[in-house]
Amino acid sequence: MTGRVLMAVALLFLLAFLASPESFAPLFEPFTRNNAPAIYTQTGLMSLTLSHLGLVLLAVIASTLIAVTLAILVTRPAGREFLPLARTVTSVGQTFPPVAVLALAVPVMGFGAGPTLVALFLYGLLPVFENALAGLTGQSPQVQEAARGMGLTPRQRLWQVELPLALPVILTGVRLTAVISLGTATIGSTVAAKTLGEVIIAGLLSSNTAFVLQGGMVVGIIAVLIYEGFQRLEQFAAARIGQG
Amino acid sequence: MAFRISRTGLLFALIGLAGLVLPFVQFKPNRIVPGEGLRLFEALSLPLGWIIGLVLGAVLIAGCLERWPAKLRLTVALLAVIAVTLALGAAATQLTPPDNTLARVSPASGLWLLLLAFTLMLADAQSRITLGLPIRLAMLTGAMVLIAVILGSGALDGVSVMREYAARSDLFAREAVGHLALAFGSLGLALLIGLPLGVAIYESPAMRRPVLGILNILQTIPSLALFGIMIPIFGWIAANIPGAAQAGVAGIGLFPAMVALFLYSLLPVVSNTLTGLTGVNPATREAAAGLGMTRPQILVQVLIPLALPVLLAAIRIVLVQNIGLAVIAGLIGGGGFGTFVFQGLNQTAMDLVLLGALPTIALALVAGIALDLLVEATGGRPKGGQA
Amino acid sequence: MIEIQNLTRIYGTTAVVKDVSLTVETGQIAALVGTSGSGKTTLLRMINRLVEPSAGRVLIDGKDTAEIEPHLLRRQIGYAIQGHGLFPHRTVAQNISTVPRLLGWTQDQHRARVDELLELFQMEPADFRDRMPHELSGGQQQRVGVARALAARPDLLLMDEPFGALDPVIRAKAQQDLRDIQRQLGTTLIIVTHDMEEAVTLGDRIAVMDKGELLQYGPPSEILTTPATSFVSDLIGTGDRPFRLLSLTPVAEIIAEGQAEGAEIPREASLRDALAECLWSGRDRLPVEGGGIVTLDSLRAQAAPTARAAE
Repeated sequence: MTGRVLMAVALLFLLAFLASPESFAPLFEPFTRNNAPAIYTQTGLMSLTLSHLGLVLLAVIASTLIAVTLAILVTRPAGREFLPLARTVTSVGQTFPPVAVLALAVPVMGFGAGPTLVALFLYGLLPVFENALAGLTGQSPQVQEAARGMGLTPRQRLWQVELPLALPVILTGVRLTAVISLGTATIGSTVAAKTLGEVIIAGLLSSNTAFVLQGGMVVGIIAVLIYEGFQRLEQFAAARIGQG
Repeated sequence: MAFRISRTGLLFALIGLAGLVLPFVQFKPNRIVPGEGLRLFEALSLPLGWIIGLVLGAVLIAGCLERWPAKLRLTVALLAVIAVTLALGAAATQLTPPDNTLARVSPASGLWLLLLAFTLMLADAQSRITLGLPIRLAMLTGAMVLIAVILGSGALDGVSVMREYAARSDLFAREAVGHLALAFGSLGLALLIGLPLGVAIYESPAMRRPVLGILNILQTIPSLALFGIMIPIFGWIAANIPGAAQAGVAGIGLFPAMVALFLYSLLPVVSNTLTGLTGVNPATREAAAGLGMTRPQILVQVLIPLALPVLLAAIRIVLVQNIGLAVIAGLIGGGGFGTFVFQGLNQTAMDLVLLGALPTIALALVAGIALDLLVEATGGRPKGGQA
Repeated sequence: MIEIQNLTRIYGTTAVVKDVSLTVETGQIAALVGTSGSGKTTLLRMINRLVEPSAGRVLIDGKDTAEIEPHLLRRQIGYAIQGHGLFPHRTVAQNISTVPRLLGWTQDQHRARVDELLELFQMEPADFRDRMPHELSGGQQQRVGVARALAARPDLLLMDEPFGALDPVIRAKAQQDLRDIQRQLGTTLIIVTHDMEEAVTLGDRIAVMDKGELLQYGPPSEILTTPATSFVSDLIGTGDRPFRLLSLTPVAEIIAEGQAEGAEIPREASLRDALAECLWSGRDRLPVEGGGIVTLDSLRAQAAPTARAAE
């Protein structure tokens, strides 16, 4: 309960700050030196936040769709051949640092939102895929047997039984992906993507702690909100199937 | 023998053949300007390029015709990876005019796809044979020695990344040490604090939710923000706490980066310590108590040894994560390979980016695989299937 | 009528089911008994084609099952398994109405059917309809599992160790209920069990299997009195044989004229119950509800296989 109140307060604070950053200037003034501005105004914080979230949302949706599709394919009889390979690739792929993936996308995509989106998408595939695989392969054999025995077609089994049962685990994967993407997107501003990283980096370059703090604060609150939101969703989904 | 199409082989062949068709290397008159793409056939002198290209193509096509024995595929794929690497070196040497220090030959999409095709083939073959621990350890060591030999032999010296390296080998050594110091130093700190903290919340369950909750939130804060916040904090400490500056504490450099990484490492260490300890069979704990062991004795002699695989799994997570995150230290002057990555991004010098990114990836991979083997050796399950 | 003709299943080089033929009459219960690995489950799963036969065929009312699409075939056949296999993400009502909905019943039809079945299994529809499976006790879950298998009014019901996960007290009740419901609906039932007691209690016919072969197929009394092989007699257990035999017959069948002292025994009680009552109360004759008596002598005669053979 206190958790829910805290989340609501954080959300309201975030919205108020983004709606009118200037009115929070006194809060950040102690962190500035030599009369530097307390609030980042180069680009609107609201528009940076929106483009940051847009980037993350796009990447997460794309990775989720592709990763779940791939996980479904390698767990069907026709795709079983790829299963061992898929497991190895995911486990090795996740040791790749997200920043390195981002840096390596630049030569291919050039600067801007492109490489960030590609890096977020590629890196985001792995947690969703790994979880979807675990969710789809770790199901009770009795439930599968009963579904087959009652005459559900493979497609009906997938949509009516396997996917709903795998949902909580898949959601965990999406949450991991969303949180990682949110963080990695800040670094995207080093390759000229419009994200909240811009504020932090401007702060680092001009030694303006206020910028660093406000950039970090906005991303941090959003990350925590997304994390908590997903966790609620997962608990709800898990409770429905009696695992709560 | 029945000819059956192997679907995995077909995938590898498609990727690899695309790699043969796309530019193998980029030739640039200097390091900044965009260059001209050359395919494998064009990048090497006349017979050699065609021979290598045809052999690789033949291997790819043969790979999709039928299921060869996994060990054979493993060997062939490994040889192909080496061949592609050496072909890159040869292309670089042949393409660069003598005495020209400005011209750059860098790997292009074709080369990456060829490497991808053959490493996938390698991984697929490897995942289908169950090899004993000692053999896999030997393979890991062998791979590292092989890379060292190829790099040391000078075969790749003409490649742009290696030329960037040659231009700053001293700096590279320093940043490598810095990177390792960041990754291992923060791991050490995390173990020093995290293990006792994990044991503490194991002993008092009421503390579990608040402690794990806070660490969870810490973990959620984006890395750039956390690194950024550390700078003013340490700057303030250096300026206001007597003796701190003399002790090396500064708002810029290694310190804030190390602490940020340390904070990220706490959650995996603490939560795995807890999972490991609670995962011990209650009957075993009961038996130990029944034999008259004291609580500390039970902890040290029974619980911790039994929780070891889970603790090692935490070390794996932390080490791999920190090797990757340490790159961000490059943004705040904390050193490490990130220095090259961000310098390279600033100067749009992609070879320099590679000089930072490739060793980071290699380091993370080796750490991940080595610790997986260690976890397995102590009786735990490796984190991600076979690696 | 279910006709199983020369059914064989081979995995690799080993035959799990070898050339099994048997017929189950409409409305009867056939129990497939055997140790684990005897092929009884594989045989059952070939009937609804969860396992495809390597050779042989299955006819349901004269129609070859190989000619029906597997998933359509399965929708006509009820199927209940050990540990119930309920869908954990669906309510009791949704679970039960799975096959009716697959068959395209209207909402009114399947809703009515759910309530009807819940009542049949003595579960108050208003109370149980919207519960999730994890909110039920083991016995309730099992009943919902059977209700789900019966939902589309199949003429044939296949059960694989349906009571395996239940404790002995609930199990006896569940067996009794199943028997009652089966008689009421007239469903043909084929049940796999490793428990000879259960087979004797439920089966009109018992098929004993070992190492993929059908050793004996016949009514319980025949299995008990003239076991075909030593394996069958081992499975019966020699010590319990007379009691199992007695448990097959109700008191009503051997009522004699006469008078007796003491408490009456119900007509539908088994001879085993009557014997127990005689021994316990020290009487050699018991009065039966509605008139007549059973004597200890007649019970003794019924317990001997020779008496049966002479009938």
